[in-house]
Amino acid sequence: MRSERPPILLAGLAALGIAFFVLPLVGLLLRAPWQTALSDLTAPEAVTALRLSLVVSLAATAVALVLGVPLAWVYARVPFPGRDVVRALTTLPMILPPVVGGVALLFAFGRRGLFGQTLDAMFGIRLPFTTAGAVLAATFVAMPFLVLTVEAGLRSMDRRYEDAARTLGAGRWHVFRRVTLPLIAPSVFAGAVLCWARALGEFGATIMFAGNLPGTTQTLPLAVYIALETRPEVAIMLSLVLLAVSLAILIVMRDRYLRAF
Amino acid sequence: MRAPIPILIAVALLLGACASPTATESPQIKELTVFAAASLTDGFTKAGIEFAKSAVRVRVTFNFGSSSTLATQITNGAPADVFASADDANVQKIVDAKLADGVPTAFATNRLEIAVAAGNPRRIGSLADLAQSGVVLVLAAPTVPAGKYALDALTKAGVNAEPVSQEVDVRAVLNKVSLGEADAGIVYVTDVKSAGSRVTGVEIPEQQQVVARYPIAVVKGSKNAALAHRFVDYLVSPAGQSVLAEFGFSKP
Repeated sequence: MRSERPPILLAGLAALGIAFFVLPLVGLLLRAPWQTALSDLTAPEAVTALRLSLVVSLAATAVALVLGVPLAWVYARVPFPGRDVVRALTTLPMILPPVVGGVALLFAFGRRGLFGQTLDAMFGIRLPFTTAGAVLAATFVAMPFLVLTVEAGLRSMDRRYEDAARTLGAGRWHVFRRVTLPLIAPSVFAGAVLCWARALGEFGATIMFAGNLPGTTQTLPLAVYIALETRPEVAIMLSLVLLAVSLAILIVMRDRYLRAF
Repeated sequence: MRAPIPILIAVALLLGACASPTATESPQIKELTVFAAASLTDGFTKAGIEFAKSAVRVRVTFNFGSSSTLATQITNGAPADVFASADDANVQKIVDAKLADGVPTAFATNRLEIAVAAGNPRRIGSLADLAQSGVVLVLAAPTVPAGKYALDALTKAGVNAEPVSQEVDVRAVLNKVSLGEADAGIVYVTDVKSAGSRVTGVEIPEQQQVVARYPIAVVKGSKNAALAHRFVDYLVSPAGQSVLAEFGFSKP
């Protein structure tokens, strides 16, 4: 990359831009109770929330993988009418306010929801206020990250390998599993990591759809919100955990998300 | 270089707009920022309109939320002129932080009620019924006043009921009931009233009742301290009290 001396105005505005993002983090770091960090992070409510968040975010990533990879494949390979609109619909949760997503989930999967009503009547399954509901909310907001990343990977891969496999007599499913999937594995991994990070940070849809109960639906961000008023030191330490994880992911994945979006 | 006429016009308009306030000497609108407990949403919105009518060029804006969230915001420097809490503990945080201008004034009281789905299909008649298996109960988090009061009431009644969710404020509890996701929630009498036909209220008998006392304080450093004190005076005046009574609040 050719380095360039920027015009002073651009450099100044860019520096302001950096300060805008860095200052809040510095604020958080300065307020962090480092002396009691360990005891704050091992406080019962912190441990419960950490454990639940791991379970919920990993489950959401698993669901996103099972549904998202096939979806990305369809978007990349099947030019069906209205594809752009459908893709926009499934990408919507990325920019939709999560609380709105949570309300929409209630109207679909809630006890009186379109589909939730049937679930309740036929199988006695109720999703709101359950860990499964928290997984559903996290999947809803996080899956688009995986789909977009995998689709980008599928579009940029060399399709001649698939063609070669086909001419050698491999079936379509066989080609997908043995040729396509290994080739896009880095994209799938990157998508899964981004999706997991988003699921880990999910707040609005979760509190709206799944509620807030320690050990059942109170994930890290919800625990931060509640603890901020009673035990701010615990809230700050939990925030720093979320921050560190997210930062590590963004640094490691920098090439991936830049290419995908 | 060609003259960018539209840009010149835009610049001229902009300069004009900047100059106009001094040119016409229009007096500034005074803005009063009130941080108030979520349960005050309807009562204060109406009281704010009435108060603004009584004074010229006054606009009242509200930030409603759980009293504990609001107290945290104010102690961290949020620009509130007035803070109305649903309990003494949270207004005390402001006093302890030396952020209260004067002594907090009690301006209303509220009582608890069980909110159930419209028509009460689960036939919930008392706090004890909330402990029945299969009753989906939602409470406010124990960190917010409504949650604390609800636990007090359940303790008084000797009921050990497990909520499925601890919501962030009392309005979120009401929403979960009115949306039909929860069978019951413990909220304020005023919340049931404001929800209208969407929920039904089940009264809690006197010996299990918890009375919520609402204090209000002017926040130190308010740019509109005089106006803020007038708003407090208005609330405790007969006019302010009658507005709050309309929404189900009782006298302090």
